[in-house]
Amino acid sequence: MKLDPAIRDQVLATVPSLRAFAISLCGNIDRADDLVQETLLRALAHIDSFQPGTNMPAWLFTILRNLFRSEYRKRRREVEDADGRYAETLKSHPEQTGRVEFEEFRTALAKLPSDQREALILVGASGFSYDDAAAICGCAVGTIKSRVNRARTRLADLLAIDSVDDFGPDRATRAVLAGGGRN
Amino acid sequence: MRERGKDDVMKHRRTSLEPVEPVTEKPESEDSMTRPATSPHKPEARLGREVQARIGQQLRALYNDVVDQGVPEHIADLVRRLSDQDQD
Repeated sequence: MKLDPAIRDQVLATVPSLRAFAISLCGNIDRADDLVQETLLRALAHIDSFQPGTNMPAWLFTILRNLFRSEYRKRRREVEDADGRYAETLKSHPEQTGRVEFEEFRTALAKLPSDQREALILVGASGFSYDDAAAICGCAVGTIKSRVNRARTRLADLLAIDSVDDFGPDRATRAVLAGGGRN
Repeated sequence: MRERGKDDVMKHRRTSLEPVEPVTEKPESEDSMTRPATSPHKPEARLGREVQARIGQQLRALYNDVVDQGVPEHIADLVRRLSDQDQD
């Protein structure tokens, strides 16, 4: 029996967002695409465990995250400082950004601990509920909320503080300029 | 590119970043120590909202840069190939 085309379409519809999440985890587009492919292989081989009508994106994101984590655990022996490496891969892929206005933000994002960055992206960019994000990460909803809040606070500080050198001493002006830049 | 229409589904999903509790909730962290001790004016709450709105926008812009690329052809092929195989 072949796969229900409706299910296949749900999988395909999730791919763009799945790639964006994978890139945010890996910091590298080639590795991210490998991870997405591996996720799809795994998912379609076990499609029976997906319950139609439930959240396909959440199911696929969970598989991808688990694959990434197990791969990461294997690689951790070889490479320490995953966050530092993440920052480096971002620097080495300027074409992923394109726009200059992202640079400051991208740099700040790279400075976050990976669990905070992940939570912020799932909730703030992928559009998952806190419940779904918690299920994807295998942790409590309160943990996700705390991580998102810390990530936002830290980003706000990084973006405001980074602009001290560029702009005057007035903190309000600084932060607005750091956030805006183009009105 | 053929899958483009369907790709848009995710992009337009609402995100729940903004309606979350305001930044006033401070989880224990070193962040409060890194803030300047003296701020001449105190528009902190308003400042927080502006900065947070900005963070939300930039986060989504960065993310959607990738989402907008749609489904790469080799991945679409892979899914179609796997879908046509017999399932057990």
